[in-house]
Amino acid sequence: MIDKIAEDVAAAVQDVHDGATVMIGGFGTAGQPVELIDALLEQGARDLTVVNNNAGNGTTGLAALLDAGRVRKIICSFPRQVDSQIFDGLYRSGKLELELVPQGTLAERIRAGGAGIAGFFTPTGFGTMLAEGKETRAFHGRDYVFEEALLADFALIKAHRGDRLGNLIYRKTARNFGPLMASAATTAIAQVNMVVAVGDLDPEAIVTPGIFVQRVVEIGGRLPPATEGQ
Amino acid sequence: MPKTRVSPARGSLSRDDMARRVAQDIPEGAYVNLGIGLPTKVADFLPADREIILHTENGMLGMGRAAVGDEIDPDLLNAGKIPVTEQPGASYFHHADSFGMMRGGHLDICVLGAFQVSTSGDLANWHTGAEDAIPAVGGAMDLAIGARQVFVIMELFTRDGQCKLVEHCSYPLTGIGCVETLYTDYAVFDVGPDGPAVRELFGDTTLEQLEELTGLHLRSA
Repeated sequence: MIDKIAEDVAAAVQDVHDGATVMIGGFGTAGQPVELIDALLEQGARDLTVVNNNAGNGTTGLAALLDAGRVRKIICSFPRQVDSQIFDGLYRSGKLELELVPQGTLAERIRAGGAGIAGFFTPTGFGTMLAEGKETRAFHGRDYVFEEALLADFALIKAHRGDRLGNLIYRKTARNFGPLMASAATTAIAQVNMVVAVGDLDPEAIVTPGIFVQRVVEIGGRLPPATEGQ
Repeated sequence: MPKTRVSPARGSLSRDDMARRVAQDIPEGAYVNLGIGLPTKVADFLPADREIILHTENGMLGMGRAAVGDEIDPDLLNAGKIPVTEQPGASYFHHADSFGMMRGGHLDICVLGAFQVSTSGDLANWHTGAEDAIPAVGGAMDLAIGARQVFVIMELFTRDGQCKLVEHCSYPLTGIGCVETLYTDYAVFDVGPDGPAVRELFGDTTLEQLEELTGLHLRSA
């Protein structure tokens, strides 16, 4: 019998190794897998490369992981926020490498990684600082920039409901990067508000099919506080 | 000499008036993304008799107004990470689909703020380029080149009187030749390959005064 349910968050992240690339879902706090990030902090892996839209809010979750010095590099689109003081300090002191990627390019690089596409040409960013040093090509009179796919060793994502096969559904705008990151990671770990029985999720409504998910861990229905500002 | 002294820092439209003016140009049936800051205000003035669908790049079409009280749901945020509501017929999708909607040319209009817009339609709105500034781009570059029409709403001058409509942007670019229409507190401008044209002037300012204030050669649209 296939059973992807992990006993708890500690078991779910136990094999994250030093130097791993870890994709972390969420747009701000919506969809941020806070309990899995806390477990990763506890687990102790270091020298990580983290892929996330942002670079942590406040002092918890991803910000705490950064603060503990576990992250060598972050690949993201919007690090600077009103409450990103931990990232700001590390970046300014040169302790954290930043690869800044336009948000849609970040999403598409992850999608491409999960779909077996090595790279793609996008019009986004052409002629800007973020395209410097990248291959460009014109198609039908329009200029494009070549961007490479992103893959990861692990993805930590948050979904609303999941089953033992790894099928997932999400809730509202908390979906954001979850389905993409699940597909692009060797080991995708989903924390869910509730594990349901196989067959309980409507097959027409499943957003992430279980083939993309290796572990599911139930957290309970608690929702994070909303954060304001970018 | 002009009778009324024209302030070099502020035109006759308030920020609400500017947002109201942009809203008038958003047609029935349009799919629209409103950027963070002043562009978000445009939502408050969309004519009630037009069905306009708002897109938020974090993964939703059919976004409603800001949420209040019990409506606040931490899983339902806009691109500025403010809790919002959903309209009947709303849909949710992941980020790759959301940005595919832009890049693929499906979104009709996006309204953005700016540090600078060039007369040929270049946009600078993501980074000052200052040495100690932490760069953050978010969806700005995707929006700039993605929507079929890009409107910019901004005050024409900075607080210290620098004109933000320029021949060449001095701030790092967000996109090249992407802006079509510029809505300011002084005037509405068409920008692009044909250079700047004044489509509408507000208050008592004349075209000649505006040329003097901006230092640009302007024509009437």
